[in-house]
Amino acid sequence: MPSIPASAELPEPVLSVRDLVVEFPTTDGVVSAVNGVGFDLAAGETLAILGESGSGKSVTAQAVMGLIERPGRVVGGSVVFGGADLLAASDEDRRRVRGSGLAMVFQDPLSALNPVWSVGFQIGEVFRVHRGASRKEARRRAVELLERVRIPAAAQRVGEYPHQFSGGMRQRVMIAMALALDPRVLIADEPTTALDVTVQAQILELLDDLRAETGMGLLLITHDLGVVAETADRVAVMYAGRVVETGPTDAVLVAPAHPYTEGLLASVPRGQSGREERLRPIAGAPPSLARIPSGCPFHPRCPYVVDRCRAERPPLEGTGRAAACWRSDEVGRGRR
Amino acid sequence: MTVTDALAAGEAPVREAGLWSDAWRQLRRNPLFLGPAVVIVVFTVMAVAPGLFTRADPRACDLSHSLLRPRAGHWFGYDLQGCDYYARVIHGARVSMTIGIATVAGTAAVAVVLGTLAGFYGGLVDTLIARVTDVWFALPTFLGAIVVLSVLGGNGLPQLTLVLVLFGWPTMTRLMRSAVLVVRDMEYVTAARALGAGDVRLMVRHVLPNALAPVIVYGAIRVGIVIAAEATLSFLGLGLQLPAISWGLMIAGAQPRLLSAPHLLLFPGLFLSVTVLAFVLLGDALRDAFDPRLR
Repeated sequence: MPSIPASAELPEPVLSVRDLVVEFPTTDGVVSAVNGVGFDLAAGETLAILGESGSGKSVTAQAVMGLIERPGRVVGGSVVFGGADLLAASDEDRRRVRGSGLAMVFQDPLSALNPVWSVGFQIGEVFRVHRGASRKEARRRAVELLERVRIPAAAQRVGEYPHQFSGGMRQRVMIAMALALDPRVLIADEPTTALDVTVQAQILELLDDLRAETGMGLLLITHDLGVVAETADRVAVMYAGRVVETGPTDAVLVAPAHPYTEGLLASVPRGQSGREERLRPIAGAPPSLARIPSGCPFHPRCPYVVDRCRAERPPLEGTGRAAACWRSDEVGRGRR
Repeated sequence: MTVTDALAAGEAPVREAGLWSDAWRQLRRNPLFLGPAVVIVVFTVMAVAPGLFTRADPRACDLSHSLLRPRAGHWFGYDLQGCDYYARVIHGARVSMTIGIATVAGTAAVAVVLGTLAGFYGGLVDTLIARVTDVWFALPTFLGAIVVLSVLGGNGLPQLTLVLVLFGWPTMTRLMRSAVLVVRDMEYVTAARALGAGDVRLMVRHVLPNALAPVIVYGAIRVGIVIAAEATLSFLGLGLQLPAISWGLMIAGAQPRLLSAPHLLLFPGLFLSVTVLAFVLLGDALRDAFDPRLR
């Protein structure tokens, strides 16, 4: 599926995030859940943000959407969309961008849909909020959207309530709501995590088709390497609130340049038949965000660690193909 | 939804319902809801149109009938002034129902607005509203009501309603606030925000419909409590004054003749108890219907 060539010369990005820092006060002091994250997303492209829970990937998505709630705070960086920095925009301008320019699909479609309104009403609501549509017009558009996300018998089901839909159908409803106003960027935060495996593939395929149809940029937040391999053109791997490796999906998954990415790949079963396979988990546990190790945050778990890693944090150079590692040239050598 | 549609969608057919229609579906089969509901409808009609229940004028009195016991044609007997007691008890429903419903409507209006603002915005707004609520909560209701009523002077329905709202809103506001706090953090609120909904829309469309159930339940019970409170205040001489017609005043008048004319206490007392009980039971039935865990 990946189609964008492995080069740094990408088309003008629709969404450009730089040096994003998000802080949360906790009893252990202020922690930075996101600490200098940056990436570009081009129109028609799928960028996966890959990371474990606590890596800051969902907080990044929320910060881009402007959904960080108190006591959390975006303390630095920029989110440039449509030529303007959203972090510097007024609340009202940001509100107008949400839904129409940037839209988001959530992890659990049951809790992300309001139980007291029919799905048709909730989809139609988007048209009433942004376009001042009448109830009748909103309902007609809702049926169209349900058809577009391939919900069978859309015209009959438009009046039903979220709990009457299966998990996969609910996620289709969420996607329909997000696509209502043809956003230029769709952020999908673990869109398949709450779904059955058989349904996951259908939802990913739907997202991919819709991306191709509309030319929107798709920012896919996930912890699932399989999802990345199947769907993403490019991938940004996050660890402890930072992007540690980025590049075209093929390149990153075939020849990881950061020990963490390498560790992730080694801990996933390949499913090659006729070969006994040992999974190699990454030693240790992800750091607490309140106590991020000095230097490279991955150094306590890293098999390649040298003294320099403990003292100096390696930078991530550029957004094309890069890894924040002092020894990335050596990573992958001697791999079986 | 047809069976084929359901199969096409890969799921079993389920009943068509949302939170509110689900609650209604449950309520209309529940005798513990229907009984109280019928009683409340009867008392409401009695309050609006007492003429449907009695032709007698409650103020047309004949002293020669003073304190006569119940008899054919005058089933509730006569009071001290020789007025037809049945007519007086029927006409007393208006005061009780009016004060019960007006007070709870007023209380709910204050509670829903303050509770929603406090719960939704949190921070300074919440702190401010919560502290004022706490302070107000500490004031003793009846003592406070007695003081305010004696200051206000006139003891009509509006003054009584005002006083009962004044000392009733903190409990309901707390209830509303805590319900909003739960709903505010629901993902569908965040999802609606992510689609560009503003604060007002979030509150009205998403938070309120999901947070209102506890207030409705408590409101129904509260109507009963308020009706009893009016009777109590009137009985103590701080509520309505003669020549107003109210169950509380009738019970007060019955007190010195409890042994010689027990019917003076029996009938208004019975009507009062039945009304209060109906609202309390209605509240219970509503609570059961709105709480999915009890289904």
